[in-house]
Amino acid sequence: MKNTFIGQPMERREDMRFLRGRGEYVDDVAMPGLLYAVILRSSVAHGRLISIDASAALKVPGVHSVITAADMPGGPPIVPMRLQPLPEFKPFEQPVIAHDKVRYVGEPIAVVLASSVAIGEDALEAIAVEIEDLPAVADWQTAAKNKSVLFEKPGTNRSLVFQARKGDADAAFANAPYVRREHLRTGRHYGLTMEPRGVMATWDDAAGKLTVYGAAKVPFFNRRILSAQIKLPVESIEMIENDVGGGYGARGEFYPEDFLIPFAARHVRRPVKWIEDRRETLMAMNHAREEECDLEVACARDGTILAIRGEVHTDMGAYMRTNGAVGARNVSQFMAGPYRVPHVKIDSSLWMTNKTPVGTYRGPGRFEANFFLERMIDMIAADLGIDRIDFRRKNLITSAEQPYPIAHVQPTDARDEYDSGEYSETLERALKEIDWPKLSKLQGKLIDGKYHGLGVVCFIEGGGAGPKESARIEVNKDGTLSVYMGTSSVGQGVETVFAQIAADALEVPVERIHHVYHGSTAYVSDGYGAYHSRSTVMGGSAVLDATNNFMATLRQAAGKRLGCAESNVALDIDKVTGGGRSMELSEFAELTAEGAFLNKKHTYSYGAHVAHITVDARLGRIEIVDYVVVQDVGRAVNPLTVKGQVLGSLVQGLGGAVLEDLKYDENGQFLTGSLADYLLPTATDFPNLRCVVLDDYPSPINPLGVKGAGEGGIIAAGGCMANAVANALQSFGAQPLQLPLTPTYIWELVQAGQKQAAE
Amino acid sequence: MKLPPFEYACPATINEAVALLAGHGGEAKPLAGGQSLMPMMAFRIAQPSLLVDLRKLPGLKEIKIGADGVRLGALVRWRDILDDKRLDAAHPLLKEAISHVAHYQIRNRGTVGGSCAHADPASEMPGIAQTCEATFSVIGKAGARTIKAADFFQGALTTALKPDEIVTEIHLPAWPAQRRYGFQEFARRRGDFAMAGIALYYDVEGGKAANAHIGVFGVGDCQRRLPKAEAALNGHTVDDALAVKVGEAAAAEVEPQEDIHASSAYRRALTGTLAERALKAAAAR
Repeated sequence: MKNTFIGQPMERREDMRFLRGRGEYVDDVAMPGLLYAVILRSSVAHGRLISIDASAALKVPGVHSVITAADMPGGPPIVPMRLQPLPEFKPFEQPVIAHDKVRYVGEPIAVVLASSVAIGEDALEAIAVEIEDLPAVADWQTAAKNKSVLFEKPGTNRSLVFQARKGDADAAFANAPYVRREHLRTGRHYGLTMEPRGVMATWDDAAGKLTVYGAAKVPFFNRRILSAQIKLPVESIEMIENDVGGGYGARGEFYPEDFLIPFAARHVRRPVKWIEDRRETLMAMNHAREEECDLEVACARDGTILAIRGEVHTDMGAYMRTNGAVGARNVSQFMAGPYRVPHVKIDSSLWMTNKTPVGTYRGPGRFEANFFLERMIDMIAADLGIDRIDFRRKNLITSAEQPYPIAHVQPTDARDEYDSGEYSETLERALKEIDWPKLSKLQGKLIDGKYHGLGVVCFIEGGGAGPKESARIEVNKDGTLSVYMGTSSVGQGVETVFAQIAADALEVPVERIHHVYHGSTAYVSDGYGAYHSRSTVMGGSAVLDATNNFMATLRQAAGKRLGCAESNVALDIDKVTGGGRSMELSEFAELTAEGAFLNKKHTYSYGAHVAHITVDARLGRIEIVDYVVVQDVGRAVNPLTVKGQVLGSLVQGLGGAVLEDLKYDENGQFLTGSLADYLLPTATDFPNLRCVVLDDYPSPINPLGVKGAGEGGIIAAGGCMANAVANALQSFGAQPLQLPLTPTYIWELVQAGQKQAAE
Repeated sequence: MKLPPFEYACPATINEAVALLAGHGGEAKPLAGGQSLMPMMAFRIAQPSLLVDLRKLPGLKEIKIGADGVRLGALVRWRDILDDKRLDAAHPLLKEAISHVAHYQIRNRGTVGGSCAHADPASEMPGIAQTCEATFSVIGKAGARTIKAADFFQGALTTALKPDEIVTEIHLPAWPAQRRYGFQEFARRRGDFAMAGIALYYDVEGGKAANAHIGVFGVGDCQRRLPKAEAALNGHTVDDALAVKVGEAAAAEVEPQEDIHASSAYRRALTGTLAERALKAAAAR
């Protein structure tokens, strides 16, 4: 049979499990003799740790033990970087527990093991910690003064400057007929998961084996980190991925707790579970995004972009975490977005501050870059008297220019190029969907007390990071098939997508793919995980290779048993045929074959956002009337899950555009410690969102033609909303240059405009 | 975010409840819905040694409507107010205000007495109580007494209640059928505590506004009336120009705080805008 499951909007096979409450998350895993871990975290932003006295805590009934750095011979191990592991970052990496200094509110100081979480929390209050306060570094400007340094050894708060370069930007600027420079900034966000993090570890003393539950995202890599830290061979550590309630780049990276809990389990020879609570997660999980830039754009009078140049400053928080450099790196490389920019020079500084450390959050660096450049494009087009859509049309990269080389970044020396696409087609489609010609008459109009505004932006989304992914196909006892993956599920629907790919390749009904196993380290020999919108690109291509290898293995085995040439063997749903004979597939139970896909190039999906909003200028309130995202994903394996990704990430992006901001005071005290303070979008905030998924330009760099597609909704939301606000409030000359677009900020822009008009 | 250790009691009579509270010298807290107290305990901001659950106390769940106004039993929930059709005429301002309280689940649990005793400066019910000159009936070890709203609310999370006293009833004076009213609040998300809110009403005498009551909440450390704005309204014909004037008066007489959601200057302007809009809405009714 010839299958076409790829391309069909199939409902997710995961959904019934989740909707019926049959998912198994790490907190659902029970174990006799379990101890609960509760973590004492620093309430001081910057200080010298003088002493920890846990004697009173140990007397609290139900407390088993209290673990501190003193329990770790040779000092607490360091969490190494996973991405961009440059030697420059080494001095700034995080110890798993504070031992000489504390550097942010929320840094682990001690771990209480108790018979319940409540008792553990009671005991926290009984631990006496003496900390000698040091001056806090609460923003990058203070960090840049280097008066108070977080790390004495390097003696500077700047861990690195990424340099993105293409052509000769300085020369281009020297000769440019038009230059505009602006100062822009984005808020501090994080990828809040519905299910907070959790780790459970068991230690088998007899076998010398450690089992870690709650693994997510990159279990194989994390196993290597843990192996080195805890001094056990990787074979002695099993990482188990349970159901995962959201990842967004933040969950599943190696955090201090990913050492502390396994260490505790081995230390006390009891199973230990730690479940992050909502208060903790806001200060313990990676932050992201807080970037500020001075950006210059040089243009010809006809609107052709000649060059971009600028400096970006990222507030890194207190430590360089596993993927902490990605945002600051990406913002420099992708500042040019989907546009033809021949000359690029961006310096991106990473500043250490006394805040929760940063990591990636869906669209890292790209959300910021998109806001920075797209905001400026609207201002520049107005300066030059060019329609802002025509300006974009003129500068978008065409398919004839593909593959298009982009700026390369030192010191990682990442040379890269866009892969395929006619970028303007998504823009035209988005304008058509929202009926731009009709709506354009509303721009800036005041109707019933609200100003109408339109925003339009284009974006590029990177995906498909290499170097490798693995997959394995196995025959089950009942003659169905299972797929085993080296990549992970963070809720993106990979069980459905991989089943579609495998069923098409094996030419069997999709129901014959009984289960798709993923994430845990026992399933395949090596895996890389779920990040950089790579699972379908890399994992899906690995499934294809595995199906080829599987068919070869099956032909070999069946040829012997059927007495025919291997080339005559065929798989017919649940039968294996050849030479006029037939066997049940179940007779080949446990027959298995692994496959892999190796690739160092990246996919680049792209698209456009168009928004119609209203602004109540006196309240500073934004309401979305209509919002359309068009994204070309190369090839949509499952249009339903792609739409889910686009709309879900769009809502997250709108949260960042108008609501979310993690705040600190000048002493580094954390001000947004609950969801009453850190405002996430709720179901009623952004009801009018639409998306169109296109697959007109397949990626040439993988056999499926797919591109990563999980981040396009979020990347352009800040830029689009800011442009729409500027458009709505054009009569006030309002030019938003920072996110989020809070009522206070919008009101201030209006006030400034009124004041200027009055003068 | 687990609760600290505490004892729990669920008395069947008011006297028993008062005795329990009195016996713990300020360490005990009444539980009346728990929509603020429980999160505070989970954050360990509040650590009472005893929770006295009021849910079984008799006679505190009724909404009584008579010639002298509306009497809300302390255990009346937001949902009870919204479901009570009689209040459409008996106190439409109360009903409109309560429709802004938090979210569905919270409206099913939170109580009027609990909210007033908690006295969050941004809560709607204390704002209505202040605006409408409510009287609180309370009972404690020393017996029953009544407290005027203006005396009851003393600041952020601070009331005139003694540690052994509980609110039993909130009385809102009678509402004439011709009364004009308006209610406006603005939060960054629907259901959040408002950055500012205005409740107002006035009667019309000879075509002019009289008996103006304008209350503000979410601004400063306590819900309060705005006498200068009220003076700007009394004795005048209500039109758009007057609404602007009253709004300006309201903005001028608040002392707005700054927090992570709103600057002080914005909050002042917002107060004026909401007062102006509430008055316009009142006039249009």
